[in-house]
Amino acid sequence: MTWFFLPILIVASIAAWFGARGLAERRQRGIHAHSRPAQFGAWALIWTAVPALVVLIAAAVFGPAIEGSLIMGGAPEAVSELDPLRRGAFFGDARAIGAGQPATQIWPAPYAELLPAEGARVAGIGRMLDLGTVVLAALAALLGALFVFSRIRPDMRARNRVEGWVVALLFVSSAVAVLTTVGIIASLVFDSLRFFASVPIFEFLFGTQWSPQTAIRADQVGSTGAFGALPLFAGTFLIMLIAMVVAAPVGLFAAIYLSEYAGPAFRATVKPVLEVLAGVPTVVYGFFAALTVGPAFREFFNGLGALLVGGPLDGIGQYLMLVQNQMALVAGAVMGIMLIPFVSSLSDDIINAVPQSLRDGSYAMGATKSETVKRVLLPAALPGVAGAMLLAMSRAIGETMIVTMAAGLAARLTLNPLDTVTTVTVQIVTLLTGDQEFNSPKTLAAFGLGLTLFLVTLALNIIAQRIVHTYRQQYD
Amino acid sequence: MTDAAIPPGKPTPAAGAERTDRLRAGLKRRYAREGRFKLYGLLAIGVAVGFLLLLLGRIFDQGHTAFYAHTLTVPVYMDPARIDQAYPQGTNFEQLVAEQQLARLGIADDEQGTQSTAMRGLFSSELKFVAADLIRDRPALIGETVPIPAPLSDDADLYFKGEISRDTPADQRRLSDQQLAWLDGMKADGMVTSHFNSALFTKGDSTEPELAGVLGAVVGSALMLLVTALIALPLGVGAALYLEEFAPKGRITNLIEVNINNLAAVPSIIYGLLGLALFINWMHLPRASPLVGGLVLALMALPTIIIATRSSLKAVPPSIREAALAMGASKTQTLFHHTLPLAMPGVMTGAIISMAHALGETAPLLLIGMVSFVPGIPAGLSEPTGALPSLIYIWENASERAFHERTAAAIMVLLAFMIVMNAAAVLLRRRFERRW
Repeated sequence: MTWFFLPILIVASIAAWFGARGLAERRQRGIHAHSRPAQFGAWALIWTAVPALVVLIAAAVFGPAIEGSLIMGGAPEAVSELDPLRRGAFFGDARAIGAGQPATQIWPAPYAELLPAEGARVAGIGRMLDLGTVVLAALAALLGALFVFSRIRPDMRARNRVEGWVVALLFVSSAVAVLTTVGIIASLVFDSLRFFASVPIFEFLFGTQWSPQTAIRADQVGSTGAFGALPLFAGTFLIMLIAMVVAAPVGLFAAIYLSEYAGPAFRATVKPVLEVLAGVPTVVYGFFAALTVGPAFREFFNGLGALLVGGPLDGIGQYLMLVQNQMALVAGAVMGIMLIPFVSSLSDDIINAVPQSLRDGSYAMGATKSETVKRVLLPAALPGVAGAMLLAMSRAIGETMIVTMAAGLAARLTLNPLDTVTTVTVQIVTLLTGDQEFNSPKTLAAFGLGLTLFLVTLALNIIAQRIVHTYRQQYD
Repeated sequence: MTDAAIPPGKPTPAAGAERTDRLRAGLKRRYAREGRFKLYGLLAIGVAVGFLLLLLGRIFDQGHTAFYAHTLTVPVYMDPARIDQAYPQGTNFEQLVAEQQLARLGIADDEQGTQSTAMRGLFSSELKFVAADLIRDRPALIGETVPIPAPLSDDADLYFKGEISRDTPADQRRLSDQQLAWLDGMKADGMVTSHFNSALFTKGDSTEPELAGVLGAVVGSALMLLVTALIALPLGVGAALYLEEFAPKGRITNLIEVNINNLAAVPSIIYGLLGLALFINWMHLPRASPLVGGLVLALMALPTIIIATRSSLKAVPPSIREAALAMGASKTQTLFHHTLPLAMPGVMTGAIISMAHALGETAPLLLIGMVSFVPGIPAGLSEPTGALPSLIYIWENASERAFHERTAAAIMVLLAFMIVMNAAAVLLRRRFERRW
């Protein structure tokens, strides 16, 4: 019924616009008025729509609670005595019967007789509340419109009123951005606290055993030590390290070449190519890592192992023969490639921000281009480049799809790039994508991991942005 | 090069020549180093470009075969003894066809029905529906022999595409030697035709590769982007307008700015956690629906749109604002009549690019439930749906080999959409960009 009311409200608001505009036009004829008729129209539209919307939103937020207390208040004794869960089920069925649908379960003696009467009563309460909401909203819209229509005078400053509303609306939009942060922190902290109530935070951060799947049964051996996230942190760090080993030099050299050596035509072709590389969705990189790079690396290392077996390096050969598709090296290398355009475009900006006078000074002393880059530009741009690297590290830590598809699930405390490792993001996805109780420690652990991830990346971002900001100010 | 290098006293001619030689040698070394350095730069760019080509090449190589498929047109005797005219859907057409095919080849089925099972493995279960629909529409066909076209099974299709090779040992192959012989026979009889795989674009997801398509996911992604655009665009532009034009410059505005920059760098999976906790567990919106997906993507796109809008507002020269204000326009009028229209191309470019980015985002979608199998095509905003990137993830995990080529094909579809969107942004920028 309230949904039925919305189109009426839209039509009424538009009618208010035209009405107020027409009225203002008639009253202003021949007079030098402050505001234009259309501004009166907008004012009337706002005052018709907003009060009614406030009523509707309030009804949506508080309605269920009011309905619940009304239903409870008039409930027969036998129903009130039920435990909350059964009571909820009873009223759920009463509602279904009131709406003409069958009940979901068969109720025992006293309740079965009560159901039809209760159903009618519940349906009545629902109808009454719906009707009340609509009447109240219509009344609010009417009063709002009256408020404006009684004030349509040539000296009324309708424009200022409307502009006040517009600025308020813009302010609310920018508040949403802030509320998002609040929402992120609130949702992460709230569920993390529930997780840390069952698993001590110290154990979570420094425990070396991660096996959430086995911790379902309380009497299980090792169930107490199953949420030690240290192997995940190690895996995340290892993959990040590999990614940076690939991305940092390649991205930096690409940026240096583009900003110092490349001609305009070369830049104009290579830059879009890098942008395309940056725009490829991570799930595509993940597909590529899992089905192309992984098998290729495995074959390479298995082949290498086969060569070494029987020789002086027999042990290493045996190990290499057993290397699998899902190794840290694959995920790290592909992630590094993904980060190249990110590193290079940030470094490019930073190198370009170094004043030309520094380059000219160096050339005047007879230095070659590479000497200028190595001895003048890079030392001058060092803080900015460091900031860019930190941002890239934060990206690598938070990246999910490549590692989910190519890194594996075994939580192992290792720094061997040929081993299968798992990361924080992989575990969040794994913990939350099965069928599970929401309140089990297993799913709440995902929020604990999420909070850790958020705090680490936030710290990296803030430090990096601070560094880059100070660096830019230095040359402005 | 510098004075310090010249030894004190009068240089003898011999010492001078020696010094020139030394400098020449040094210069040669330095130029060599210069050349090497330049080469490293070129190599770095070569790595990036080469990798992009490799990536796209591999995806095309793996995926192009998914765009065509093989259909088996098999003559079926509509046996009145086997078909219930009142309920043709109940007929086991697959078994019927397999037995008739075996009879044609003169092969007797054994007790366990091994032969007919092997034969049935060659064509898709779709055959049953094609035949049942035909009988339902034209019951007169019972008793006749009718050619029925149906897709080949995924493995048989792969064999004709050359993905399953005869050279592989039979125990590592999904099709037995006998099945391969049968397929060759059918091909020789002209029963197998190759054609454009229209199922890929007209069907939703399916557990059977030969019947699976991307349409459901494309519609899901489109619905999601619609929600995202409807929410993120007005909010993002509004926030940018407030911060750029109205907010008093001070600590709070500064804090909001830092906050927005940080939001843009928050890992996408965190937005998935937010969506799960806020929209699904707290607000009880339907799991895996385009509504929730769109809301999450909108929150993700918001900071990017704010940043893009602010920078294009900044690019409008102050003289425009001053002129409007001098003519007596209010601040709001200046903004909506002059500044914003001039900044609009930049705003739209930023918005399209952030939408393209949102289209490819996967991790948050997995957390709000878009990992489960959703057949069919979503009809509304609150129904469970798939999305293109999550479909890619699901297909990549599927065990059937035929899904691999379809994954690559789905990636091509996704990339095509992204290329179109980015090209639109570039065109918009080229067409309307003004240099002041």
